[in-house]
Amino acid sequence: MSANTWTIAAARDALRKGEISAVDLTMSCLTAIDAGDDLNAFVHKTPEIALEQARAADAKLKAGNAAAMCGIPLGIKDLFCTKGVPSQAASNILKGFKPEYEATVTTKLFDAGAVMLGKLNMDEFAMGSSNETSAYGNAVSPWRRKGSEVALTPGGSSGGSAAAVAADLCLAATGTDTGGSIRQPAAFTGIVGIKPTYGRVSRWGIVAFASSLDQAGPMTKSVRDAAIMLQAMAGHDPKDSTSADLPVPDFEAALTGDIRGKVIGIPKEYRMDGMPAEIEALWAQGIEMLKDAGAEVRDISLPHTKYALPAYYVIAPAEASSNLARYDGVRYGHRAKLTAGDGITEMYEKTRAEGFGAEVQRRIMVGTYVLSAGFYDAYYNRARKVRALIKRDFETVFADGVDAILTPATPSAAFGLGEMADADPVKMYLNDVFTVTVNLAGLPGISVPVGLDAQGLPLGLQLIGRPWEEDALLNYAHVLESRAGFVAKAEKWW
Amino acid sequence: MAIDIDTARKVAKLARIRVEEADLPKLAGQLSGILGFMEQLNEVDVSGVEPMTSVTPMRLKRRKDEVTDGNIQAQVLKNAPDAREGFFAVPKVVE
Repeated sequence: MSANTWTIAAARDALRKGEISAVDLTMSCLTAIDAGDDLNAFVHKTPEIALEQARAADAKLKAGNAAAMCGIPLGIKDLFCTKGVPSQAASNILKGFKPEYEATVTTKLFDAGAVMLGKLNMDEFAMGSSNETSAYGNAVSPWRRKGSEVALTPGGSSGGSAAAVAADLCLAATGTDTGGSIRQPAAFTGIVGIKPTYGRVSRWGIVAFASSLDQAGPMTKSVRDAAIMLQAMAGHDPKDSTSADLPVPDFEAALTGDIRGKVIGIPKEYRMDGMPAEIEALWAQGIEMLKDAGAEVRDISLPHTKYALPAYYVIAPAEASSNLARYDGVRYGHRAKLTAGDGITEMYEKTRAEGFGAEVQRRIMVGTYVLSAGFYDAYYNRARKVRALIKRDFETVFADGVDAILTPATPSAAFGLGEMADADPVKMYLNDVFTVTVNLAGLPGISVPVGLDAQGLPLGLQLIGRPWEEDALLNYAHVLESRAGFVAKAEKWW
Repeated sequence: MAIDIDTARKVAKLARIRVEEADLPKLAGQLSGILGFMEQLNEVDVSGVEPMTSVTPMRLKRRKDEVTDGNIQAQVLKNAPDAREGFFAVPKVVE
């Protein structure tokens, strides 16, 4: 098997044994990337940086002091600021922006010896669930329905990351998750994605969408890989005042496979009207797998689940409208051409109308409205109160002895690109229905591929853990992964 | 609550995003749809609940009030669409 198809764990072992060099491993990915342009996953390729980093990794490996991520070729979501490399959050308003600094997460990964292959496609400012709001155009899933050539979404917002990992263009990728943007695309493409506890990973240098919800995490081919990569990404950062000054557990060491006696909660509110039978069946299979591994499965109630989506779609746009106020055509990115007599207000208005896409504009305006005088209490404060109740739901079940919660990751398999074009924006928002509660409550959540639907498309389940217990969560996910034995890959057409 | 065209115009103005008059009805309709979806929140009894300010109970750290970097004017200005004589340049603000 060509080296680009390897897991991080396999590559780490082969690199340490000298069975392959980081340069050769990187070359195999660069070749796959060039052959994968139809997927539109990599939107800025950085082969020179990759090879330079790979050579440095080989030197470290030779010296025998290499970290686990040393020499591992990664794709980096365009939302991460990478020094001297275009970082435009898939938006025209940041066209040409090359940061003069490096995000904390990428700094940590590169310090560990990881290799950057390039920047990955995504929804504009991470606002979307299908990668269709990107200024670079759609990322395309490597997966297709059986006997069909219809192009499918890899999910969003980390759609490029999901497509690139699933199609073996890289060993793993960074993603970010504000309402499900790591877990939903991971589920759509048959890979693993974890959103850590809010504060586990530094947000510094990641273009902000909704600061109280955003978290970065790894998107990988296995749970073990997620553990290895999260280890390198996590930890306190003085530059992010919300990053937690807590010790980071050894995630890979936690993968014991022993979950006997652990209590897995099954929330009845996640059994939605109109949920496809296949999702229901997948969930039942997952329950059996965890039971079979010795876990105790318990029915639980999270009564405010129904209100998570509307609360999210008040809070996230409110924060976004404030965060995105900085794009004014003054300090970076796009500035509209002005006509004679235009003042500074016209400059702002024209720049933002030209630079932001339709969905981003909509969310900024929703956020502006819910924060405006007269509506602040009715919408924004009410949503923040509901958010407190959603968090309390989780705290209650955890206090009652539940160790983790099992739910579907998405309400359906991947849909076709363009299929939702005429739907109203709210219909697209329903994609986040199972994932968004986790962001509102600041909890860790992981999506694990468990099966295929009748059309041959991947389906995932989500496990939700207690705060700061990603180690235990990864172990439950590891058990689910081993029992599910998901090995399917997309048939190569690109 | 339905958003009328005047409100849509006002929101666009507050958000500093130019929206052409012809596009306002569609925008108003979409905003109404989204806000209608949020009306569900009115079903929840939130009496006595404090609005969440921080998802994890933590005290924000304070850093020392000291200079940690500086003298990077060229880097600060490097991405500016219009920088002149060491400043960001914008259209005339005051007559």
